[in-house]
Amino acid sequence: MISESLRQIGATTLTQLARLGRANLLFVQILAGIPALFARFRLVVQQLYAVGVLSLVIIVVSGLFVGMVLGLQGYNTLVDFGAEESLGSVVALTLVRELGPVVTALLFAGRAGSALTAEIGLMKATEQLSGMEMMAVDPIRRILSPRFLAGFLSMPLLAAIFSAVGVLGGWFVGVGLLGVDEGAYWSQMQANVDPQEDILNGIIKSVAFGVVATWIALFEGYDAIPTSEGVSRATTRTVVETSLAVLGLDFMLTALMFGA
Amino acid sequence: MLQERTVEIGVGLFVALGLAALFMLAMQVSNLNLTSRDDGYLISARFGNVAGLKARAPVEMAGVRIGRVEQISFDPQSLQARVTMRIEGRYNALPEDSSAAVLTAGLLGEKYIGLEPGGALDPLREGSEIMLTQSSLVLEQLIGQFLFSIGNKGDEGSGSATSGGGL
Repeated sequence: MISESLRQIGATTLTQLARLGRANLLFVQILAGIPALFARFRLVVQQLYAVGVLSLVIIVVSGLFVGMVLGLQGYNTLVDFGAEESLGSVVALTLVRELGPVVTALLFAGRAGSALTAEIGLMKATEQLSGMEMMAVDPIRRILSPRFLAGFLSMPLLAAIFSAVGVLGGWFVGVGLLGVDEGAYWSQMQANVDPQEDILNGIIKSVAFGVVATWIALFEGYDAIPTSEGVSRATTRTVVETSLAVLGLDFMLTALMFGA
Repeated sequence: MLQERTVEIGVGLFVALGLAALFMLAMQVSNLNLTSRDDGYLISARFGNVAGLKARAPVEMAGVRIGRVEQISFDPQSLQARVTMRIEGRYNALPEDSSAAVLTAGLLGEKYIGLEPGGALDPLREGSEIMLTQSSLVLEQLIGQFLFSIGNKGDEGSGSATSGGGL
């Protein structure tokens, strides 16, 4: 009884360690394929379309509504202290430091990450990847590296769009509907948001999330059990693991950047 | 598969939009000032107390920002705080005997340095030190003095005249 449960713990640990090892090996192989991509950038452009452009709608709409909610909630809280003039800096700091990178990464996992996993998992299930290997085409360089680079490039851009649209959403609610002074909204924002401390750190965060989210999606697809069920499980795992990884990583990055 | 042209236009639009958003965040939201990063000249001043003052706090004269606090350190000889300020290069004719005070924006706002112009003809230069300074106003000390003077009742009106430095 005890030895059986011990065996299970050991087996699970070993399986997870092996997965982690395969994921790291894949990461190195993907990175090794990136320099060759600059000669054939068209592959990346196609993936940028699939990963970035097609995610635009959900990012813009969510950014707008998140910004509007921040404006509304921030106003209701701040007005009690007679500090509704600082609405601009509240909205901008929240978006640029935290919500922009994090919510973008979560939406990215649901919109683009799951699609990447399903695509690659199905390629594996229908033996397209083995077919490529038979033709002496390295599927990692041809299929995975362009997708990784596209995810890596898209995430900061998407996060920036999310934050910018959110600031405009907060402006629309705060200035347009609730009557905060327009000059105060922007000047408080400009006084309290620092280009290096806030904007640059937000971009660094979103780059880190881009790497992690794309990496997990690609690995889960590449490592999926090549059956319909395996691919569906891998897709689910991508969303769950990316969300957890992004939230955990966000705490660590925040502690590093703003903690001390 | 989509037409190559459509894909390229879409990606171009996406990248342009993303860069525009970054540009807006940098310029409109954080008011990134590309020009006045390293130009200007450094002056310093010693204060008895700079509680609440932070690096990058504004340095103002007549309510207009003319520079920023570069560094705050402790001077072990005089046992005072040494504040180094970077003044923008175009304001190069501030009188040498100007005085500096640690002020508060509003009742509970951020601390900043306010400069009062003097009357000397020589201007402040790189490395100059402002001799006439007034320390940070510490609210607790002020309230303490106020309560003390009320308790005394003897000397009317001197409560408001006590020096702001609390020294």
